[in-house]
Amino acid sequence: MSQVEKLYESLKKLQEPKGYFFNPDKDLVFDLLRGLLTNKERYGYMSCPCRLAQADRDKDRDIICPCEYREPDVSEYGACYCALYVSKDVLEGKASKVQVPERRPRELMAF
Amino acid sequence: MAPVKLYALSTCGHCRNTKKFLDECEISYDLVEVDLLEGQEREDILEEIKRISQQCAFPTIVIGEKVIVGFHEDRIREALGL
Repeated sequence: MSQVEKLYESLKKLQEPKGYFFNPDKDLVFDLLRGLLTNKERYGYMSCPCRLAQADRDKDRDIICPCEYREPDVSEYGACYCALYVSKDVLEGKASKVQVPERRPRELMAF
Repeated sequence: MAPVKLYALSTCGHCRNTKKFLDECEISYDLVEVDLLEGQEREDILEEIKRISQQCAFPTIVIGEKVIVGFHEDRIREALGL
């Protein structure tokens, strides 16, 4: 089993009981998980693959996956910013995914 | 055809989907993977993105005068005149 498949299985077991499900688009999910592994190698932590990291754990703390914005985004939009995680309703096709706007405060981006 | 520039992150799946879409449509574009840049070059590009989109999100795609933030296939098609 590849590293990304191991990550997929371990996160699935961990996150589903909490109500967070992987996007049914498995190609996208594996892309994003590869992004997380790349960022883990680069920075030492799994910084969000869809946000520009600052290579500083403290500055990036709020976007270390699962980011602090996942909970409000999934409850409001049915998906996190990356669409790595979706709600049960979205997974089961009862709700449609929308493009999630950036909830992160600009001052945390520091650029 | 208007010039196309794509600001992306090499780790972002939506950026990859945007690249895939442009390639499938045989559109040539200038690709900037910001997470692979460093120092002043990165700073300049970030300023450029903020100036044209008033935010800093990825993917950001510029088609002529039009700026689209996020992978919105319909809006990109329209801006490309497809």
